[in-house]
Amino acid sequence: MDTLTATVAWLLDPSHWAGGDGIPTRIAEHLAISTASLLAAAAVALPVGAFIGHTGRGGTLAVNVANLGRAIPSYAVLVIVLPPALQLAPVLGYDPSFGLSEIPTFTAMFLLAIPPILVNTYAGLRGVDRDLVESARGMGLREGQILARLEVPLSIGVIVGGIRTAAVQVVATATLGAVVAYGGLGRYIIDGIARHENDRLFAGVVLVAGLALITEGGLALVQRLATPRGLRLAARPGFGPAST
Amino acid sequence: MSGPSSPDRTTPSTRAATVAFDHVTKRYPGTRADNPGAVEDLSLEVPAGKICVLVGPSGCGKTTSLKMVNRLIEPTSGRILIDGADAARRDVTELRRSIGYVIQQVGLFPHQTVGENVATVPRLLGWPEARRRERSEELLGLVGLDPATYRDRYPAQLSGGERQRVGVARALAADPPVMLMDEPFGAVDPIVRERLQNEFLRLQADLAKTILFVTHDIDEAIKIGDLVAVMQVGGHLAQFGTPEEILANPASDFVARFVGADRGLKRLALARVESLELRPAITARPGDDAAAARSRILADPFEYLLLVDALDRPIGWLAERQVPTSGVLSEAMAASMSPILDRRTTLKDALAMLIDAEVQAGIVVDRRGVLRGLVTVDMIVERMRSPVAAATSAAGPPG
Repeated sequence: MDTLTATVAWLLDPSHWAGGDGIPTRIAEHLAISTASLLAAAAVALPVGAFIGHTGRGGTLAVNVANLGRAIPSYAVLVIVLPPALQLAPVLGYDPSFGLSEIPTFTAMFLLAIPPILVNTYAGLRGVDRDLVESARGMGLREGQILARLEVPLSIGVIVGGIRTAAVQVVATATLGAVVAYGGLGRYIIDGIARHENDRLFAGVVLVAGLALITEGGLALVQRLATPRGLRLAARPGFGPAST
Repeated sequence: MSGPSSPDRTTPSTRAATVAFDHVTKRYPGTRADNPGAVEDLSLEVPAGKICVLVGPSGCGKTTSLKMVNRLIEPTSGRILIDGADAARRDVTELRRSIGYVIQQVGLFPHQTVGENVATVPRLLGWPEARRRERSEELLGLVGLDPATYRDRYPAQLSGGERQRVGVARALAADPPVMLMDEPFGAVDPIVRERLQNEFLRLQADLAKTILFVTHDIDEAIKIGDLVAVMQVGGHLAQFGTPEEILANPASDFVARFVGADRGLKRLALARVESLELRPAITARPGDDAAAARSRILADPFEYLLLVDALDRPIGWLAERQVPTSGVLSEAMAASMSPILDRRTTLKDALAMLIDAEVQAGIVVDRRGVLRGLVTVDMIVERMRSPVAAATSAAGPPG
């Protein structure tokens, strides 16, 4: 039996769709850690990106720090966070297994998601025509109103684009969680390698890839829908007035 | 900008405020010797309801001066007084909402419809939805855009000229006493610009706002301004006066060069036929005795006879050689016409028409077409050379 049919057979086996190691459970775990880390990253990167994008202050520094974060592999983050997370368990009173799996995985995914969101939010806001911003300010919009009514709507496509990139990276990389005993779809890959079960290994690969593609497609749709109609009209080639 | 769809003007505004610069200086900490954008000790006062054009080469500080009024730029020293009150002491947001602002790129919000754009400041001021919509539609009509057609369009669906009108409507939305316009017609082609300028002047004739208008185009300044402030690099006010004064008596070589060698011609665009003392024409009617008419024109250095009808309306010219020595005059003899002018024709247009004409005298008629007198090239040239008459320097808008 070749690998492809073995993998399909593994995926179709009803016993793999039930229980603690079943596909639905693993997908739920995978999505849980991805969503949590993505939301946390967005909660940090969106306001920071909006602030530096709006003011133009500290932009270079923030982008460089974010890119430095990109240079550190997620695997390294797992390894670095693991020992303190375990040691702090008795001190802070959480379950050591939490320190073994959730905390390192979450931290690595959180750090992975920040750069694309931060950089895109910053770049999106800086990309808004400065004359437009000054015209708004000159008419008496307060800074917060300029941000909320002008800069964010005009750069929402770029901002959602950053979230989309981050989400796809996180969904793909959360596989690493299995290395530190977290569940998720990475479990099948790690276990497949360990047990020399290629069907399990490739089923995990297919599931992770599928989930990443669905995330990509779904957020691409969100990005499109979030772009204001007036901007979509402006971007349409050949559209607009025939003459002045 | 009244257009075909112009509605009844239910809320004509007479609110306007004086704007005064009191020793205003803006210096930038830069190193460049010419200090572009700086303003040096600017003092001038724009009376309520007048258009003051700030004009000068790039870097002369005209835009800086404008932006100090709505405090997008804060002066280094000096005060700007709006109706006598120091702008620096007012809440900046409240100040800006009471000043209309139009920039060259218009600055329409691309994600909002035309109606929403126009209602920007009313929304900031917390007007209820219904009143905002009503005001939007009123203003679109005022600038010559049919509200039903344009209200729900997006800026991307408008032409340059239409965007510019929406920009003006938006600046007028909360009926501000003062308007700031920074090269508002700079981004459209010359034909559209001319039309927008004319519509703008018509609109201003009704609204009588106090308007500060920045341009680098001296012709636009002369056409639009009740008052013109010529600025030069370094932020110095080179001259402040009516367009007529600046063209007639440039205060410095810089001003003379800036207004151009054709300033005499430009002055002609500001003066109208009504400002001249018309020359009487030698006239005769069909049926009059030809010999008598002939002797009358021979006695005059201008050897043309103007044939008029029973109501003194011009029919055409007869040169001396065309007048028969005997018999009576008839309409068929009047071979040539020359330009028909009215009292409101500018001297520049009159001169242009006369240069092309067969008989070098413009026939001035009143509204019913009745002859009032003649204008000759010599009369216009003489007017061009004359110093500013006291009456014209105190005159109102040239448009």
